Amino acid sequence: MGDTPKIKGYRRENGRVGIRNHVVILAVDDISNAATEGVAHVIQGVLPLPHAYGRLQFGEDLELFFRTMIGTGANPNVAAVIVIGIEPGWTARIVDGIAKTGKPVTGFAIERNGDLKTIEAASRKAKEYVQWASELSREECSLDEVYISVKCGESDTTTGLASCPAVGHVVDRVVAIGGTASFGETSELTGAEHIVQKRAATPEAGEAFLKTFTEYQDFINRHKTDDLSESQPTKGNIRGGLTTIEEKAMGNIQKIGKHARYVGVLKPAEAPNGKGLWFMDTSSAAAEAVTLWAASGAVVHLFPTGQGNVIGNPIEPVIKISGNPLTCQTMSEHIDLDVSRILTGEMTLDQAGEELLNLTVRTCNGRLTAAEALGHREFVMTKLYRSA
Amino acid sequence: MRQFLVHDSRDNVGVAVVDIEAGEVIAGATLDDGKVLNATAGEAIPLGHKIALKDFKPGDTVVKYGEDIGKVVANIQAGQHVHVHNLKTKRW
Repeated sequence: MGDTPKIKGYRRENGRVGIRNHVVILAVDDISNAATEGVAHVIQGVLPLPHAYGRLQFGEDLELFFRTMIGTGANPNVAAVIVIGIEPGWTARIVDGIAKTGKPVTGFAIERNGDLKTIEAASRKAKEYVQWASELSREECSLDEVYISVKCGESDTTTGLASCPAVGHVVDRVVAIGGTASFGETSELTGAEHIVQKRAATPEAGEAFLKTFTEYQDFINRHKTDDLSESQPTKGNIRGGLTTIEEKAMGNIQKIGKHARYVGVLKPAEAPNGKGLWFMDTSSAAAEAVTLWAASGAVVHLFPTGQGNVIGNPIEPVIKISGNPLTCQTMSEHIDLDVSRILTGEMTLDQAGEELLNLTVRTCNGRLTAAEALGHREFVMTKLYRSA
Repeated sequence: MRQFLVHDSRDNVGVAVVDIEAGEVIAGATLDDGKVLNATAGEAIPLGHKIALKDFKPGDTVVKYGEDIGKVVANIQAGQHVHVHNLKTKRW
């Protein structure tokens, strides 16, 4: 299986390895976005994360909200966190959750202070954090300590031929060296669910996958108006030559390689509790899914694209791989690795996989991805149902 | 130079890896066993789109990756374009 590649990462207080060093200003709720962005106007080098939710959510949807918020702050790519909410209760709940990692985190509530006093107090703490974080240095770590997520977008037939199998090669390698990886996209496994079930490491994991998949099918049947033909495959998929959801699913699962077997099933944004390959129940919408993986602790994402999905994520760098020569030519600024020579026979899948592994190591060492350089910071939380 | 690829030797469609013109005599390769195939394009097939490797009639199953990817809903001749106008999912 070869040697375990070394990377230069940030080892956090809890031992986990990150590849970026963000100081995050996390909004608890939609009405705290202005103060969150206010801090980012005052203090340089912080990462504000405004979003649309956090009020009057309840039940499983509220649990997912807290898991996503706490997980985002807890991600090893984050050095320290400022949490800003309208009231102190939920703000403290998120602060306490992140504090379990041992990293610096402080919460600020706007009620009885107002935006301006909150921005001032939070900015003073943020200044302290960015100066502290700027002195942290990278140290030698192993690739098996890096939690990798994989998901494709704007797929076409070239993703099934080239970019997804290249990612599969890396997943096989990472799992073989004792690393951690996760795949998901529950809806886009439709037509390949029987194959995915067989790729489980244990009968229990296969059953857990099938239960999650069946619950999703039931959800679709409750809410669909006719069928999913307007959304699955997408208009971009169809333009690229994909005709049916089954065909799309077969291309999709090339990402989990030929040998790796998943050891368990994760709820959305749930952190794996061990090494190996994990299935996460996610939407197939790129920004939502990658946000869930970042909240589960993933620090780098491998993203095959055919027609050219331009997604990025503020927390985990997104590496784009494309095997479509037209996309690599017309959208070159978005593509980190061009594997289109696989189509013409000038490159083998193994060569593409090794190039991607090498690029993953360089990205872990600090090389900015195309999406990072272009400022793509899509932070999109998954909402399960309407608020109270 | 090859113009199309076939994922699995059980497949009855190939994938164009270049834009193919109508009437063009084309060569392809099967990925699992390396077998070389020849065909004539019955119509233009854009890059990434599927080409029929046999004649199909409505109700037939299209196989790609060695797996069922849907049912044929209109007659297709070998060398023609296979897409949403003549192939549908069996789901939903």
